Amino acid sequence: MNKKSFSTNKVATRQGYGEGLVIAGEADEKVVVLCADLTESTRSILFKEKFPDRFIEIGVAEQALATIAAGMATYGKIPFISSYAAFSPGRNWEQIRTTIALNDVPVKIAGAHAGLTVGPDGATHQMLEDIALMRAMPNMVVMYPADAIEARKATVAAAKNGKPTYIRLAREKTPIITTEKTPFEIGKSHVLLNPSTRSADAQGRLEQSRKATSSGPHGDPQVAIIGAGPLLYEAVVAAKKLAESGIETVVINSHTIKPIDEQTIIKYAKITGAVVTVEEHQINGGLGGAVAEVLARNFPVPQEFVGMPDSFGESGDPDELLEKYHMKSADIIAAVKKVITRKNS
Amino acid sequence: MTRKLTNQELKEKANLIRLDIIKMLVEAGSGHSAGPLGMADIFTAFYFNLLKHDPKNPQWEERDRLILSNGHITPVRYVAMAHAGYFPISELKTLRKLGSRLQGHPERKRLPGVETTSGPLGSGLAQASGYAYAARMDGQKFRVYCICSDGEHDSGNHWEAVLFAGKNKLSNLTAIVDRNNIQIDGYTEEVMPLEPLRAKYEAFNWHVLHIDGHNLEEIIDAVNHAKAVFEKPTVIIAHTIPGKGVDYMENDPKWHGAVPGVSDMPGEPSKEKQTQIALHELRTLKGKIKSEHE
Ligand SMILES: Cc1ncc(C[n+]2csc(CCOP(=O)(O)OP(=O)(O)O)c2C)c(N)n1
Ligand SMILES: [Mg+2]
Repeated sequence: MNKKSFSTNKVATRQGYGEGLVIAGEADEKVVVLCADLTESTRSILFKEKFPDRFIEIGVAEQALATIAAGMATYGKIPFISSYAAFSPGRNWEQIRTTIALNDVPVKIAGAHAGLTVGPDGATHQMLEDIALMRAMPNMVVMYPADAIEARKATVAAAKNGKPTYIRLAREKTPIITTEKTPFEIGKSHVLLNPSTRSADAQGRLEQSRKATSSGPHGDPQVAIIGAGPLLYEAVVAAKKLAESGIETVVINSHTIKPIDEQTIIKYAKITGAVVTVEEHQINGGLGGAVAEVLARNFPVPQEFVGMPDSFGESGDPDELLEKYHMKSADIIAAVKKVITRKNS
Repeated sequence: MTRKLTNQELKEKANLIRLDIIKMLVEAGSGHSAGPLGMADIFTAFYFNLLKHDPKNPQWEERDRLILSNGHITPVRYVAMAHAGYFPISELKTLRKLGSRLQGHPERKRLPGVETTSGPLGSGLAQASGYAYAARMDGQKFRVYCICSDGEHDSGNHWEAVLFAGKNKLSNLTAIVDRNNIQIDGYTEEVMPLEPLRAKYEAFNWHVLHIDGHNLEEIIDAVNHAKAVFEKPTVIIAHTIPGKGVDYMENDPKWHGAVPGVSDMPGEPSKEKQTQIALHELRTLKGKIKSEHE
């Protein structure tokens, strides 16, 4: 696979969060940051250095982290609480539910080191259920940025949305796949890759291969790949490779998982008639589930799910683990082919 | 059952364990250094003197239960277990690798002899309390030990268990606190002051002992003393030096979650150099780690 055709610049989404905190802090002095003994690795340190008086150390106490922030938000502050997703919202879920969501106060929960790719730390630290936990919760906004640039924008946007908000972040440095100019609006997904926007050059090559494979008409995409988070890079890699063999797809970045962008999902389900969802999270209850709920109610089409197959993770190198648990571009390609077969049968 | 080692043998064993901790962490390329090195003497005392256990039969019903709450220091437990004969020492080099039984944080279902899964902090003492309570209901004679860290004392779950065990006079439970004064964001007394820790436990109806966690005699005496306290659970506050034995690691929170060569501080010696210095220092100690009073 020729990965060189994409940006090779890699930055962790947690870094984008830290940068976003500083911007949000400059824009609004009500923004405060609370952290549970993970100031450096959640990149909250960037805010702490800039605004030491608005940074609060809570210690290893995630239940207090959520509830102290709830108190501050009820008073009128805009607290961001930083920890690892396994512990916040993993450990303090009920506190978040009652004191943040039911109170409907604007606490921003940043779950860093989410997903399988925390690697060697193993299953205890590989949070793969947080999207399910958070998207089931009324009033909660759930965001899962694709790269560091988007994480920065999501953080800045969260400071202004007035709602309980969860932002899912990763530890590993991952490819930058959006640009500063890419539009970002909470609740509005973004089409990352679309056959109609392909360069003339690439279109020419595509026509060639289409003649060879007699694939779908008019260059219309045959499958909508809907993903969130850094795995979208794998989705883009898969889509480009599929295009080379004459299978057109559209890749949609559903960075907001709640409220999910129903319109875009329905629109592309109608165009393609088949969907593959991609996420570094349990298949049960994740983004795939959210998409399936929209489809079932509005426009049912066959769907395949790329994600964690109802299993805990384990220690290992991040890439090895993604391979073992079938979340790499090759697995997305297989899912696309499978869903096309289902659609056509 | 394994033979109880003598004091001098224990010191030498503790040093071998420290050497293997460094080797396995360097091989793994990630993990925690400070906690495991600081607790090497205590784990040596447990696995080679104090515990009633059978490495060849990890599920032996009468064994004492050693519950590790601060799972990130599991390398010291793995090394002690390997040296005690639970599994081959060569397996240590699989730490944190795909398919290993030696997970980055310990998992009960993967490695026989690991009593519970841990890593997320603050929930070990509650599990140990539940275990001790259940065992007492059935008149079991074994003891339940819970090793936990000072950083965990920030957590409500830990103090909820302190209340429960105090209320229920769980005298079959002994907690050992790794009082090394560091956590991730810095020194415990700056992040979230814990002192006076003794008075806190006493107020919650615990029997409290203070020891030098690098003095093997004191460790053994204290744990044996706790067996003779019938009205209360006992907590042994073990004063330890994080990174003990490797000069550049001692007492520096930076080494909480770093291994030689992986810290990206500018001007650091290379990985090989850091490893070499660590191993050299440990070798030249030749089993003579000194406690503060020796
Ligand atoms: C519930 C929970 N929150 C946060 C963490 C991340 N974490 C791992 S170790 C640690 C520091 C705790 O201090 P201590 O156990 O005293 O560390 P040590 O002395 O071994 O350096 C933290 C915050 C965790 N493992 N579990
Ligand atoms: Mg400590």
